[in-house]
Amino acid sequence: MALASDTSPVVPKEKTARSPFSEFRRRFVTRRAALASGFFLLLMLAMALIAPWILPFGPDEFDYRNTLSGPSALHWAGTDEFGRDIFARILNGAKLSMFIGFLSVTIGAVIGVVAGLLAGYYGGWLDSIVMRISDVLFAFPGILLAIGIVAILGAGLTNVIIAVAVFSVPAFARIVRSGTLGLKETTYVEAARAAGAPNAIIMFRHILPGVLGAVIVYFTMRIGTSILTATSLSFIGLGVEPSVAEWGAMLSTGREYMLAGKWHLTFFPGLAIFLTVLCFNILGDGLRDALDPKLDDN
Amino acid sequence: MLHYFLRRLAALVPVLFLISIFVFLFIHALPGDPARLLAGEAATQEEVESVRKALKLDRPLLTQYVDFLKNLATGDLGTSLRTGEPVSAMIARAFMPTFWLSVCALAWSLLFGLVAGVISAVRRGSPGDHAGMFLSVSGISMPNFWLGLLLMQFFSVNLGWVGTSGFDEPSDLILPSITLGAGVAAVMARFTRSAVIDVAREDFIRTARAKGLREKVVIWKHALRNALIPVVTMAGLQFGFLLGGSIVVEKVFRWPGLGSLLLDAINFRDYAVVQAEIMLFSLQFLLINLAVDMLYGFINPAIRYK
Repeated sequence: MALASDTSPVVPKEKTARSPFSEFRRRFVTRRAALASGFFLLLMLAMALIAPWILPFGPDEFDYRNTLSGPSALHWAGTDEFGRDIFARILNGAKLSMFIGFLSVTIGAVIGVVAGLLAGYYGGWLDSIVMRISDVLFAFPGILLAIGIVAILGAGLTNVIIAVAVFSVPAFARIVRSGTLGLKETTYVEAARAAGAPNAIIMFRHILPGVLGAVIVYFTMRIGTSILTATSLSFIGLGVEPSVAEWGAMLSTGREYMLAGKWHLTFFPGLAIFLTVLCFNILGDGLRDALDPKLDDN
Repeated sequence: MLHYFLRRLAALVPVLFLISIFVFLFIHALPGDPARLLAGEAATQEEVESVRKALKLDRPLLTQYVDFLKNLATGDLGTSLRTGEPVSAMIARAFMPTFWLSVCALAWSLLFGLVAGVISAVRRGSPGDHAGMFLSVSGISMPNFWLGLLLMQFFSVNLGWVGTSGFDEPSDLILPSITLGAGVAAVMARFTRSAVIDVAREDFIRTARAKGLREKVVIWKHALRNALIPVVTMAGLQFGFLLGGSIVVEKVFRWPGLGSLLLDAINFRDYAVVQAEIMLFSLQFLLINLAVDMLYGFINPAIRYK
């Protein structure tokens, strides 16, 4: 056996050429946990969107004869202090949280990516200013910064989105800046410059695609963090109105009834936050493994 | 080393100065009128104005800011608009509960995270490693207020072992510090694991094994020590998150600390307290970062500073 392999010439297995996308898909599909997480998130979003047509109760329907009842066949997650169906409220919360998460991170990512590109590409005083500002923003731990911003702007949905967006900016700026610093020295960028491409084209057409992988991974993970922050703000009374069917607000009011033994008011909304954030994190991990060619398959 | 330390300390002054301007301007942009709040809903416009005058809120912003800085330099943080008490006294009272909470949370979570991370790295790919890493992702994704409520439900409401809120005896620290530290423990475990795995590929680890050192010595002395640099950075960052997280956890457990003080102050537009608290939180965070940088020098003699 050993002899045979010694004498036979080494023939490298012919590798079929793969496009970057099919390579990405092959790596991603092998990570079943990430795939399952993505599926769960889509399922939850779909359920939240069609809930008004399939659930017998709306999230804000009172039923004073049926308050604080535990989980049953009719009310899967029980009812709250006004007899509102908690399952319907959780699905409404899913819609809200996903909306807040996507919108705030998108705003933060767009600002951060542009700032990072400009800082990394031009360097000099522009770089100093962008990095100094992001240092100051970084000096405030995320939730503290968000609390400060909401304290200034006042509580409410829009301000929560702004607060969460602001604290996403510096991280995106840093990632993109460091990627840009590396890429602007590459031969192909030099070639583009030599060919007379304007700076904007070089930045957005030649450098941006190179850092996009890291941005996508970070974007996914950031949505989980943003949902956590937004629900925390609502929990401490600085987010949406306490009466809104939002996960953090539900936990905050549920706390009062928990001490009286009504566990379902806090258990189910909390579980919803946990599973959603968990799925975004696992999805982000899977994307990182799939998009980062430096990592081995094993 | 000392020279470097002093220079870094001096560099904090302009940063703090910048933060003080931000904080001052932002807080004065807060909606809501504190003079109106204090005078009461029924007060006439004259009464509101006299309250404003008494609190010196009628003077130009710049004058107010200069006063604020002057007082800050002499250690006077002003008086609370709500209680009339010196802010420094309020902060002094709230400081120790938060301090104990943070120290307990940080202590258990760092120790646990470090040990779990190293064990996971050594048994890489084993079922235990997979379970540990899944637990870690779960810890990162767990809203700490929910964890706190679950613990409270089980240990306080169902079993009655510890109280549900407040800080009256040392046992009251247990549930809040578990809650606050869980996320940090999860991040540290994950991070230590990957740092140790990275280091384990290095040549000097092979050399250590080749010269016949016991595996325990190789891992805990050679690998961990070299993995410690990124780990210490991460731990420093975590302390900042802990400061922020403590606000939420204090709300869950009605903890009489800095976080509860801050939330009350925000709700009541108590400028002086909010201002002082945000300055304090920032100062703590900057000092921790400095301490982390100094620690590098002790851990790795190769990067002692000039």
